[in-house]
Amino acid sequence: MSKRIVVDPITRIEGHLRIEADIENGKIKDAYSSGTMVRLLEEILQGRDPRDAWAFVGRVCGVCTSIHSLTSVRCVEDALDITIPPNAELVRNIMFCTQYMHDHVVHFYHLHAMDWVDVVNALKADPKKTSELAQSISHWPKSSPGYFSDIQTRIKKFVASGQLGIFSNGYWGHKAYKLPAEVNLIGLAHYLEALEWQKEIVKVHAIFGGKNPHPNYLVGGMACAINLDDVSMINAERLAYVGQLLQDGKDFVEQVYIPDLMAIASFYKDWGAIGGGLGNYLVYGDLPTNGYRDTSAYKFPGGAILNKDVSRIYDVDLRKDDEVQEFITHSWYEYAGGDDEGLHPWKGESKVKYSGPKPPFDHLDTDKKYSYLKTPRWKGHAMEVGPLARVLVGYGRGRPEFKEVVDKALKDLNVPITALFSTLGRTAARGLESSLTAQWGLDFYNQLLANIKAGDTRMAEMGKFDPATWPKSAFGVGHTEAPRGALAHWINIQDQKIANYQLVVPTTWNASPRDSKGGMSAYEAALIDTPVADETQPLEILRTIHSFDPCMACSVHLYDEDGKTINRVSVLGD
Amino acid sequence: MNNEIIPKQPTYYEEVERKGYSRRDFVKFVSLMTAFIGLEQSAIGQVAKALETKPRMPVIWLHFQECTCCSESFIRSSHPIVADILLDKISLDYTETLMAASGAQAEAALQNTMTKYKGQYILCVEGSVPLGADGVYCMIGGKTSLQILHEVAEGAAAIIAWGSCASNGCVQSAKPNPTRATPIHKIITNKPIIKVPGCPPIGEVMAGVIVHYLTFGVIPELDRIGRPKAFYNKRVHDTCYRRPFYDAGLFVESFDDENAKKGYCLYKMGCKGPTTYNACGVTKWNGGTSFPIQAGHPCIGCSEENFWDNGRLYERGSSFAGFGIEADADTLGKVALGVTLGAVAVHAVATNFGKSKTLHEHQAEGNESEHELES
Repeated sequence: MSKRIVVDPITRIEGHLRIEADIENGKIKDAYSSGTMVRLLEEILQGRDPRDAWAFVGRVCGVCTSIHSLTSVRCVEDALDITIPPNAELVRNIMFCTQYMHDHVVHFYHLHAMDWVDVVNALKADPKKTSELAQSISHWPKSSPGYFSDIQTRIKKFVASGQLGIFSNGYWGHKAYKLPAEVNLIGLAHYLEALEWQKEIVKVHAIFGGKNPHPNYLVGGMACAINLDDVSMINAERLAYVGQLLQDGKDFVEQVYIPDLMAIASFYKDWGAIGGGLGNYLVYGDLPTNGYRDTSAYKFPGGAILNKDVSRIYDVDLRKDDEVQEFITHSWYEYAGGDDEGLHPWKGESKVKYSGPKPPFDHLDTDKKYSYLKTPRWKGHAMEVGPLARVLVGYGRGRPEFKEVVDKALKDLNVPITALFSTLGRTAARGLESSLTAQWGLDFYNQLLANIKAGDTRMAEMGKFDPATWPKSAFGVGHTEAPRGALAHWINIQDQKIANYQLVVPTTWNASPRDSKGGMSAYEAALIDTPVADETQPLEILRTIHSFDPCMACSVHLYDEDGKTINRVSVLGD
Repeated sequence: MNNEIIPKQPTYYEEVERKGYSRRDFVKFVSLMTAFIGLEQSAIGQVAKALETKPRMPVIWLHFQECTCCSESFIRSSHPIVADILLDKISLDYTETLMAASGAQAEAALQNTMTKYKGQYILCVEGSVPLGADGVYCMIGGKTSLQILHEVAEGAAAIIAWGSCASNGCVQSAKPNPTRATPIHKIITNKPIIKVPGCPPIGEVMAGVIVHYLTFGVIPELDRIGRPKAFYNKRVHDTCYRRPFYDAGLFVESFDDENAKKGYCLYKMGCKGPTTYNACGVTKWNGGTSFPIQAGHPCIGCSEENFWDNGRLYERGSSFAGFGIEADADTLGKVALGVTLGAVAVHAVATNFGKSKTLHEHQAEGNESEHELES
């Protein structure tokens, strides 16, 4: 006989996520994932200036900040056939790499670490042994016995105050925590260090985009003009600042994040066989090095993997209407043609209609509709998106940089490649791609310097900025790899205004409810068979859900309340 | 409601003493507590000291219709840094972004603070509350955000409305506001509410609001619409380092053009600095690194009410609907903009342009631009 448990709110994520799970014999037998907040931004975008869209959709998410804005300017540039100058592509790539470092480090330490690190147990650690351990795994200078002792004293005082603040009611002492006290103390110390570090790396966004969160983008390039002879422009001082920040970021990723990740993972190898889920992976690809349209020159190659078969990578086409489709069988929406059909985003139609229980309620009716997320499918398949998908596709495509980091991690942990298809694999892949982007960020930076040195200071292509130059009708697709996975926006511009704007977002792929055939999406599938030692303490559920790094505001933002049929798109060959 | 004193909380020791326990009982308790949390007996002194120290201010931080950019901005603060705020200054007992506990344990932490510190805790709200469809567009733990807000606001000493969502509704309340996204002050009317608008607000400004209270024991002086004067009493335009170019009539005509590369004023590119009250020009962003105008993009006015519907991003002030008509006294920004623009034609000629050699050099160019603005 199974027992239904509810975890709501799932904390240490972006937004509002509810998990209901049936537990039988200490394992999860069935699971349901529900997004419980909606803002309907898509309707708000209708009729607005396409050049403004990046600012609106940027506000889809402040955690994956900048990435929706990037997708949006690409989408409009695609529609209007604008080619941005090489410097703008490099600056956008540098901001992208910065975002990866920031987002992944914050996820690891501030959103995920407390699933593995027992903060209270860290108080029992011997600072001297902690120091020896820290120095054996990294050259990071802050590792003296005094350093760890000071942090431990500070936290002891904090705990003794009886006001545990963000650590209140944590799962401290749970038997699923397996780290030695010294490793817990390292994790705790670096939790605090990473909190201070993260505010530094984003200064790259402030230099090029004026602020973070929500830096500014521009259709046609970037607004940050280069002038080496002006105090307030991108000059040698600003560039040196960026270079320093990127190097510091890389040092932190390589000397703190990766060693901690590997040290912690080595105590949780059993999680290399838990939380695998679908085994299908989808990547659109990103980091163009020869313009947005030359997908073969992306640093992150795109592609799809089915049934864990890394030897075969399928190509993905976002413009074909039988590839990406969205279903609403279990979502709080209505389709005019019936709720079981799947629609390509270009042809998307939506009418939000809540049909769940009247709040306050204890349980959702999971046999019916139970989420504000739609259910996207690729050629009918449920797909997982995110760092693991990217690393597997890069590996499967035979890219040497991916092979190098993956093979090294597997060797260091002494686990087979199948361990990647798991909760642990997801968490590890996030670290591996952080080290890749840390290096790539510096590479792009050096190319930017070389371009400027060679006399190219262009930063924006403004020839088609004036709406008077636009065709009466235009359609575009913008895609990116958000830190949480494959992200795409579709735009339809009519008479210089937005006629339709659609977004299919990473967490929508991962966290969506079941499809018309009852097929589970990634979160639900990954939770199946997850052990739960104590039904009242959802620690193991958090481990697997956090390994995806949920971003709920991203996943539910759109949709048209009036249920207008969105214009059919004629440029797609139909 | 300004300068309202929020009740002081007794220390743990004071509380025990008031209940009639002796110092000896207290020391005994400390010793047990020390053992309980797994510390050596040598730490007893430390524990006793902590319990005799004033409790950190309890804070509950709720998340409704938002994108978490406010929480992200808060952790960007460089003075004080957020670790010091969390460990030494406040007790952030509930925040869905950072707290260790989820589900029932998170709910218990919330209830515990609401009960134990009734009338004493600060409620921070990030996000707007949807009133459409009886509130079902935002639900947490099976309750609507509206239900939760009413419950938690009841025992709050004061409320901080973080960001434009909680202060004025922000992007989800832009026309046609399909979920009826509503700012906090339109729902809770019997508590002091500090509005800290911006999308997001600057991290140091957020920390500054908290530090102001903790340092001076009163909430900061607010302006007539509830914003702390310390950070919102000047327009971005008035504190902008590019202001002299505006005064001289020197403008960027197109992104990345020669004038853009000289750092001229972005007014013609749609800059909303003349109508926006915020600290960007002075405090700047990310530890003073830069701010939007410094990075070449016009201010989009993200701290102003309804900024998503106050004209398009790249549309300059003179073409705003209703520009120059001082009809609506509540839209202070628009009035201010009218004054600014009215003055711009004579401004450069009458004053300032002789300020510096650079400006002199560009005088002719500036006059030409002004003619264009006038026409």
